[in-house]
Amino acid sequence: MQLTNRSKVVSNKEMSFKEKLYIPAILSGMGVTFKHMFKKSVSLRYPEVTRQFSPVYRGMHVLKRDAEGRENCTACGLCAVACPAEAITMDAAERKKGEEHLYREEKYAAKYEINMLRCIFCGLCEEACPKDAIYLTDRIVPTEYKRSNFIYGKDVLVEKMEDRIDITKRKKEYHID
Amino acid sequence: MFLLIFKIALIVILFLISLGVAAYATYGERKVAAFMQDRIGPDRAGPFGLLQPIADGVKMFMKEEIIPNVSDKLLFILGPCIFMITALMTSAVIPWGTAMEFDGVKYGLQVADINIGILYVFGVVSLGVYGIMIGGWASNNKFALLGAVRASSQMISYELAMGMSLIAIIMMSGSLSLNDIVAQQGQGKLYGFIPVSGLNWNIFYQPLGFIIFLICAFAECNRTPFDLPECETELVGGYHTEYSSMKLGLYLFAEYINMFVSGAIISCLYFGGYNFPGLEYLSTVLNPNLVSIISFGALFTKAIFFVFFFMWIRWTIPRFRYDQLMKLGWQVLLPLSILNVLLTGGGLTIFSK
Ligand code: SF4
Ligand code: SF4
Repeated sequence: MQLTNRSKVVSNKEMSFKEKLYIPAILSGMGVTFKHMFKKSVSLRYPEVTRQFSPVYRGMHVLKRDAEGRENCTACGLCAVACPAEAITMDAAERKKGEEHLYREEKYAAKYEINMLRCIFCGLCEEACPKDAIYLTDRIVPTEYKRSNFIYGKDVLVEKMEDRIDITKRKKEYHID
Repeated sequence: MFLLIFKIALIVILFLISLGVAAYATYGERKVAAFMQDRIGPDRAGPFGLLQPIADGVKMFMKEEIIPNVSDKLLFILGPCIFMITALMTSAVIPWGTAMEFDGVKYGLQVADINIGILYVFGVVSLGVYGIMIGGWASNNKFALLGAVRASSQMISYELAMGMSLIAIIMMSGSLSLNDIVAQQGQGKLYGFIPVSGLNWNIFYQPLGFIIFLICAFAECNRTPFDLPECETELVGGYHTEYSSMKLGLYLFAEYINMFVSGAIISCLYFGGYNFPGLEYLSTVLNPNLVSIISFGALFTKAIFFVFFFMWIRWTIPRFRYDQLMKLGWQVLLPLSILNVLLTGGGLTIFSK
């Protein structure tokens, strides 16, 4: 089935004399490249200007805190089970008395690690999470010199209170809450 | 004595200009490529990236110098030297401008006004292939050798057609001296009746010869679409695969000098060299030294335009296949150039009466 009529049928017919001269074809080619000299460049000066990401962009993860600053994650392990790349590991611990301001649920993740070299940024962990705890953001995972540095622990993943990560856009339009 | 000082100063200035042009041609090449591909190109080193050539040069010097231990060491070092020297030597016979005048004595803006200027250019250009061949052979690497063999066969094939297209020019001017050829293009009227002085350029009489010469110049400079000796996709790096550091730098640099010099030679042969409409008038009202510098500017502009043209073609046309290259050289350009010689001869006998 033909979808567009842009395709051209290739033929091996003899070239006409004009085509054999090549020069007209070369000149028109040069015209094309010359026109492009005055087109707007598509490059971005990267570190100063960053590209606008789409709202569904799946970049580096964040472990969310709730409004009072308590960690949402309850170490249920659903994300680790859902992860097709087996990138997530965690250790659960029970919340002690007096730690209610730190963790929202009675059980929390004492250790939570994502191996960024294994992760394929599919976003299944985000969908699996029943506690609204993990989200993929539009931040880029930076480069490192050592492979071991790519195993991100809670120190990197959990959002800082003074620097909260906004995920409302992702939540609103693309996440069933 | 003053003549000697003048010539030495001229040589030094030409040397510096060639090197400067070559350095900025590398920058220009990247910028032109970028603009043609809707990119920005180097813009980090200095304003608009203008210091990029210096950064590149420093990088080249800092790189580790590797001489393969199976290579022929002497020849390995000699290769880039020959290529560079021949690239620089060609500019000696180009008349860069009208004569300067000091104390009523005229000094031509040309390092050596030898009466066989064109033959000298040819001789030196064909020596350049030794630089490639020796470098490629001494590397003891099959890719380098293949590149070198391609380079030499390509250059020899295209030199023929180039020479034949030149014969038509020589027939018209009756002289082998580049100085005479350029001076003649500044005299007389175009086609004998169009009254614009300084526009009696050979291109208007020799369009076919010009196209042949231009194509051959591309082949001689190993530029795309004839860059088979160094095509990355087939031969890693061609004849300079094994080279590193400044020896590689010399090869790359010499290529740009070659481009600049062939641009200047094309301008001299077909585009009136330093002549431009209005030169005659200027020389009556201005100081001859000033006119000389302006005329140099005219030739320089033309040469730079051709350098740009070389780049323009490079980012437009893909590389030829090797058999197509040989076919074009021997079966198309050579017969065409012979035809051009015949046409010129016929034209001369009819119109010179
Ligand atoms: S994004 Fe996909 S691969 Fe990465 S941790 Fe989440 S589930 Fe695993
Ligand atoms: S991030 Fe969500 S799914 Fe994963 S362990 Fe924590 S609460 Fe469970």
